[in-house]
Amino acid sequence: MATVRDFSASRMPGFAAVAIVAFLLLYAPIFTLVVYSFNDSQSVAVWGGFSLKWYAEAWENTAVQDAAIRSLVIASFASAIATTVATMAALGTTRNEAFRGRTFVYVMINQPLMAPEIVTAVALLILFAAVKTATGYTGLGYLILAHSAFCVPFAYLPIRARLEGMDLSLEMAAADLYASRWRAFRRVTLPLMAPGIAAGAMLAFVISLDDVIITEFVKSAGQDTLPTYMLGQLRRVVTPEVNAISTALLGLTVILLTAFFLLTRKRD
Amino acid sequence: MARENPAPAVEARAARKVYGEGEGAVVALAGVDLAIAEGEFFTLLGPSGCGKTTLLRLIAGFETPTEGAILLGGAEVTALPPNRRKVNTVFQSYALFPHLTVAQNIAFGLEMLDKPRAEVSATVAEMLALVRMEPMAGRSPAQLSGGQQQRVALARALAPRPRVLLLDEPLSALDLKLRKEMQSELKRLQRETGITFVFVTHDQEEALTMSDRIAVMSGGAIRQVGAPREVYNRPADRFVADFIGETNFLEGRVEDGRLHLPGGEAIRLPEGAAAAEGAAATLTIRPEQVRLAPEGEDGLAATVADSVYFGADLHLHLRLAGGAALVARLQSPPSGEAGLAPGAVVSVRFAPGAAQLLEG
Amino acid sequence: MASAAERASRAEDVRRYWALCAPALFLLLVGASGPLLIVVVYSFLEPGDYSGVSWRFTFDAWINVFFQKDIFDETWGVADAHLTIFWRSVRLSLLTTAITFAFGFPMAWFIATRPQKERALWLFLVTIPFWTNLLIRTFAIMEVIRNQGLLNTALMGLGLIETPIQILYTDAAVLIGMAYVYLPLMVLPLYAAIDRFDFRLAEAAYDLYASRWRVMRRVVLPIVRPGVVAGCILVFVPSLGAYVTPRVLGGGKNMMIGNFIELQFGQGRNWPLGAALSMLLLMIVMIALLAYVRVSTRKDAHGHGA
Repeated sequence: MATVRDFSASRMPGFAAVAIVAFLLLYAPIFTLVVYSFNDSQSVAVWGGFSLKWYAEAWENTAVQDAAIRSLVIASFASAIATTVATMAALGTTRNEAFRGRTFVYVMINQPLMAPEIVTAVALLILFAAVKTATGYTGLGYLILAHSAFCVPFAYLPIRARLEGMDLSLEMAAADLYASRWRAFRRVTLPLMAPGIAAGAMLAFVISLDDVIITEFVKSAGQDTLPTYMLGQLRRVVTPEVNAISTALLGLTVILLTAFFLLTRKRD
Repeated sequence: MARENPAPAVEARAARKVYGEGEGAVVALAGVDLAIAEGEFFTLLGPSGCGKTTLLRLIAGFETPTEGAILLGGAEVTALPPNRRKVNTVFQSYALFPHLTVAQNIAFGLEMLDKPRAEVSATVAEMLALVRMEPMAGRSPAQLSGGQQQRVALARALAPRPRVLLLDEPLSALDLKLRKEMQSELKRLQRETGITFVFVTHDQEEALTMSDRIAVMSGGAIRQVGAPREVYNRPADRFVADFIGETNFLEGRVEDGRLHLPGGEAIRLPEGAAAAEGAAATLTIRPEQVRLAPEGEDGLAATVADSVYFGADLHLHLRLAGGAALVARLQSPPSGEAGLAPGAVVSVRFAPGAAQLLEG
Repeated sequence: MASAAERASRAEDVRRYWALCAPALFLLLVGASGPLLIVVVYSFLEPGDYSGVSWRFTFDAWINVFFQKDIFDETWGVADAHLTIFWRSVRLSLLTTAITFAFGFPMAWFIATRPQKERALWLFLVTIPFWTNLLIRTFAIMEVIRNQGLLNTALMGLGLIETPIQILYTDAAVLIGMAYVYLPLMVLPLYAAIDRFDFRLAEAAYDLYASRWRVMRRVVLPIVRPGVVAGCILVFVPSLGAYVTPRVLGGGKNMMIGNFIELQFGQGRNWPLGAALSMLLLMIVMIALLAYVRVSTRKDAHGHGA
């Protein structure tokens, strides 16, 4: 009872099965984490009924509150700074002839993506330790500076992609229609690149919010962000409270990413 | 067209453009002199890479010439940026601003010139009427068909009342039927507005049907400037003859007022053709000017190599005694009539005054 | 050759270009690239008494990366402990790359062969874990593999085992964790390559009597090779520098280079050794990336022209 199937050049036996299993493996742990953040019981092995008590506990924990606010403050500043400089750099590096030094700029901008994070973290630890001793300043500035720097490539890439996809003749048309350079930028270039800028800012925000290693090395005493707080809580097991924070962060990431995809979606 | 202002609308003086430097330098424009009169429909015609678009971009101000000067209405504008030149461009890709509506696109240039609000909206309405796009004023460019986008691009470029309108292959993205429609539309707009049009195309038929004058370009240089009939009937050189329409070339040597072909035939030179005795020369003749000689009258003996039926036309591929190829375009004979099978020997002659002698 | 006006406009373009790039370059110089130079300097200094360095030039840190002086007889020997950590890092990273490829290729293939409408959704499903906090994903996998976790509970519930299998705090845990967290990094470039693959080429190969396996080996893999190389580099490089995953899943003992570097800046208090190790790690990563650049630019040199 063989059924005749159309020949398909793109079918590889077993690939679909492996892929489905892989997708399940990818989501099962995250799903477990989310489900057990709503578990009334302390144990992961036992389902004690639906409860929001771990969320309430995390919400009322002042250390969590402080860390959450600190995370948001750092991510806001860092994504604003990174997006601003990345927008300028993207304007400088696209839509013109190749300049001598363009490769240098690319390498510099993408360097945080290339160097292992632990190496950058160590380097910043050394630098900032010296600056802290010299100036006595131990505020959030170091974290904001470090986060701004490693967020630049993430902000830069979608903005550059947007600019490269933009028809060059649009700006020529603006100049042809008597727009000065600045007015052409204000009236044509900027509105058209806005979705790229928003997407870049969102990625930068997510990346800053998620950072563990550099924050762990750069922070002064009492400057925990949510991820470093969670890492610090981790002695033997993951507490349900950490599950709850993780789930909340996960939710925020998914929302921001969905917005990102809607913004960068190709126009039909 | 006689005007009070004798200065040409557009003038290029020894305009030369070189891209890159040193070994990799590419000469896009090899020193071009050109004067386009006020109110003319002027076409730059040539194959891709001939320099026509570069010349257009020099006039628009998107490029600076390496040498030479560009003048508009007698005033030098070589160093002026595009936003300070009273010329507007219709781009090949239309370049309509996707974030603005049709009306906002048309208003853009007027706003950049800081025209009063009332004047802007009056002109926009006028332009929308001119290109018959009134119902589309609030649409975004993405919602328009190719032909409609074309009209908006035209209206946008015409709205600021430029001295000169530059059109960079504006019809190349349209299908054949729409292209024909837009050709007459463009002619109408040019007549109604009286603005000088500089039109770039690689389509010789488009150039012949629309232009007051044509400049045929090749290799960064202008080969010939003239009215369509002049360029078609009296090509200045072999390139122009070959590029515009189809034509036959017969190569030979000039001796006592005749062109002697390698096969031994001799053809009387066209009247007024000046060629030195013994010089190599080429005779060009359009296929539709090649006729079959009536029986009994003498002509050039040729063998039919192939005959291709085109409906209204019949193309005869002929071979002369010396091996030279000749194509004759004849009206299709009434059905049933045969006799021009491959191998048949016919006698051909050229319509009086149709052949032209080219040097070399 | 060029006219004065051309040169002036070009010079102005260059000025504007550098002016626009300057803020980003400055920020990255202060917050990313510049400090790396300080690390180089520190790797040639002596360790300070408590932490930090004392400013005396020496090669000791670099020598100590590979060799150690015996405490008793003062003879030099190979630094076994360091080499063990290096070897574990490289081995685990290679295994991670292999495992992610084994799962990632069929996943990428699967997504690329879905109907156009479904593809974005499947891709989104890969992208969500990709952008989800690494720490959260590491916690998630920890929940699964720990002794009272999902896996052991399930196996015991089924009666397959009587006592929990100790996975957590072993190399296996680190491997599972890294494969889990870096899988999306493998899938995305593979998908990009397979998506561009013209399946008519596979049809042509079938038409010329190739079997499925030979179509894969002789036609598909050579064409999607840049994607394979990109995926492997993208997984291998962060695996080698991994810090969070081995710290959480490996416990204190099963260190990788990243954790060992941290140790030098914490309890180990040997900043120069930590600096030298950091530079070594950076060099290995740079070599891998350079190899990648050479492979990928051979195919499509200079992505966009004028």
